[in-house]
Amino acid sequence: MTIDAISRSQIYVLDQDEALDFYVGKLGLEVHTDADLGFMRWLTVNVPGDRGREILLERPGPPALDPATAEQVRELLTKGALGGYLFMTTDDAHKTYEDLVARGVDVTDEPTERPYGIDFGIRDPFGNRIRIGQMF
Amino acid sequence: MSRAVEQSNRAMLRARDAMDRRYAEPLDIPTLARIAHVSEAHFIRTFRATFGETPHRYLQRRRVERAMSLLTDTERDVTDICYAVGFASLGTFSRTFREIVGASPTAFRKRTTAAGGVPSCFTKAWTRPSSFG
Repeated sequence: MTIDAISRSQIYVLDQDEALDFYVGKLGLEVHTDADLGFMRWLTVNVPGDRGREILLERPGPPALDPATAEQVRELLTKGALGGYLFMTTDDAHKTYEDLVARGVDVTDEPTERPYGIDFGIRDPFGNRIRIGQMF
Repeated sequence: MSRAVEQSNRAMLRARDAMDRRYAEPLDIPTLARIAHVSEAHFIRTFRATFGETPHRYLQRRRVERAMSLLTDTERDVTDICYAVGFASLGTFSRTFREIVGASPTAFRKRTTAAGGVPSCFTKAWTRPSSFG
């Protein structure tokens, strides 16, 4: 037995439509699946052309979480304390950075050259951290 | 009520992100309060309630963390590093560094080695000197 891929990851978002505006409209990801399951809206995105790896954009709330717990998740998320760290790569960190700034994305760290590449940090509208790197 | 907390959290986080990004600039409370769209007194109080320390202290820790990194990873001299991370005077830098790290910049440089291949966004968060014991 060998586990051979990471196919899906999950982060919490406060609003799935706003998440689409950000992850698709600003970062340029694609919608992989947008399905109304009744009890939840299953919403996943992927990097263009990479259908094998999805990020689930989940709204915290019932029935998975009781309302009080969902409130705690939302509070931690908006403080930037929930985790849900996404690492993405690009072929041109400086250009990608400029494009995202022009689209009004919140920046935590400007592009810096590191031993492993050039990377920068942004924040999604809810408090999730994202790093984007041009790896050497 | 809770939506108001979330909005406040995001505003405070936006100001904290600005400190992470612009630590080398002479950031003052009026500038940060403007980023958070609140009054100065409200900003200091709310930031502290949200993150457990004052914005001034957070910014000092951020600058000291950057100084620790430059001391470890470069040959630049202490005065140069002091200004590069946003301190306006060497005296304030040395005093703040010693208070937070427990050693002078020069002594710290002698005792520390570089962190190697770990992504620096993590080493920055995890090696930042703590305010919380």
